[in-house]
Amino acid sequence: MIEINALTKTFNQGQPNEVKAINGINLQIANSEYVIIVGSNGSGKSTLLNLVAGSILPGSGTITIDGTDVSKLHDYQRSKWIARVFQNPLSGTAPDLSILDNFRLASLRTKPKGFGIGVNDGFKAAVKEKIALLNMGLENKTDQLMGTLSGGQRQALTLLMSVMDDCKILLLDEPSAALDPRSANVVMQTADRLIKDFNLTAILVTHNLKDAYTYGSRIIQMAEGAILHDLSSENKTVLTQNDLFSWFS
Amino acid sequence: MGLCFASLALGIYISMKIFNIPDITTDGSYTLGGAVTAVMLTHGQPGYVILPVVILAGATAGALTGLIHTKLKINALLAGILVMTALYSVNLTIMGRSNLPLINLPSLFSIISLSGNSNNNAFIILVAFTAIVAFLIGYLLKTDFGIAMRATGNSESMIRALGVNTDKMKIIGLALANALTALSGYLISQYQGFADISMGIGVVITGLGSVIIAETLINWLRITSVWLSLTLVLVGAVLFQLVLAVTLSLGIDATYLKIITSLFVLLIVGLPRLTRRAA
Repeated sequence: MIEINALTKTFNQGQPNEVKAINGINLQIANSEYVIIVGSNGSGKSTLLNLVAGSILPGSGTITIDGTDVSKLHDYQRSKWIARVFQNPLSGTAPDLSILDNFRLASLRTKPKGFGIGVNDGFKAAVKEKIALLNMGLENKTDQLMGTLSGGQRQALTLLMSVMDDCKILLLDEPSAALDPRSANVVMQTADRLIKDFNLTAILVTHNLKDAYTYGSRIIQMAEGAILHDLSSENKTVLTQNDLFSWFS
Repeated sequence: MGLCFASLALGIYISMKIFNIPDITTDGSYTLGGAVTAVMLTHGQPGYVILPVVILAGATAGALTGLIHTKLKINALLAGILVMTALYSVNLTIMGRSNLPLINLPSLFSIISLSGNSNNNAFIILVAFTAIVAFLIGYLLKTDFGIAMRATGNSESMIRALGVNTDKMKIIGLALANALTALSGYLISQYQGFADISMGIGVVITGLGSVIIAETLINWLRITSVWLSLTLVLVGAVLFQLVLAVTLSLGIDATYLKIITSLFVLLIVGLPRLTRRAA
């Protein structure tokens, strides 16, 4: 359960180019909710996601995850709860490391990285099994460098990596924005499947209204750092694609 | 002599290739290693005390650069230059004067005698020493901690999202790199029989050259194994010294040594790009 209370974030405070990115947001996200956040550029949705992830720290207000106040924790301290998929496929994986090594790190997201050698045959087999779920034929290429894969493959693997370790919250920052339509579909469907299979609480930021319509159990529209619309599951199911388009006109 | 620079090359490999940080502290920490060794030897300290002190001194210098770079958000190049400059005074203070001869003092090469011929003896010791260091680094890079280290220089956003404090990781990495560099100073001062305040000037180029030779080979042969990469870095270090030795033996004035070094590094860096453009 994520609780956000009176959250604000201002960039360049006191300067002429001051931006009030988040303007006192209150939001509660229940366990296993899949929240879609839409909004035009500069509406503050990415900032909100970064605040939840801890890449930036709030100006005021609090963020609580499962009863723990995480407002002052850095991103690497919040990895205990949170896994992320970035817009840029390059950000979620290390290109010069093998697929296997990437997965090894992902499997240690909530644990310290010690001085033992963790990549052994058992681990290799477990990773292969997981990757086979993607049906991309990557399971026999685990020694290949991550950088040799396409953006779509990397994004799909990043998704899979997020469930290598105990994961409660999945943050998706336009994960398919940099991909071609087909890969984008694969990534969105993989995300949907993982969220359901692992019972994850997820937040998806997207510009793609079709995705916003298709996926998720709740939809939020943001504008000028505040929440404009907030439709929970019953209301989201009756929402038509046209209604959604009309939000932006 | 190339082998003396092997650990320096490994150090540069770690800061430059693994962490993507151009670390100039090297010039200072190399001399620091030599200075500490020389002073402790002249004060009759035993070898098993000197080695850890040298490693610690180098690591401290590296950690300082790391702290300045990460906590004060100062450009890594500048942070390195600052520490390097400060180390000049530190080194001079440690040594008490600009040159310390170590003739007739027991060194690593005179204590351990494995072969009657002193040249062979030094060679065997250096090979063993380098092998141990390379093995330790290779093992470290294979561990979970090592993978996290490699990812830090590769995809910072990813590794932070996976719960690694990248600032801490960079500080540890630079400490490790400079400890290795100091180790090079430790070896070379005993090998040559003196420590000099200016022994570190331009030594970063030696390390860079070695690493770049290795990198060219790595790309060429499409090597992904950590062990092979490390071996090639060692090969690079020896090769680099060989080329310099050959240049000198051709009768070129030693005054031009540094410019030849620079040109040589430029050649190795430039050659792959030039040929690629032609292809």
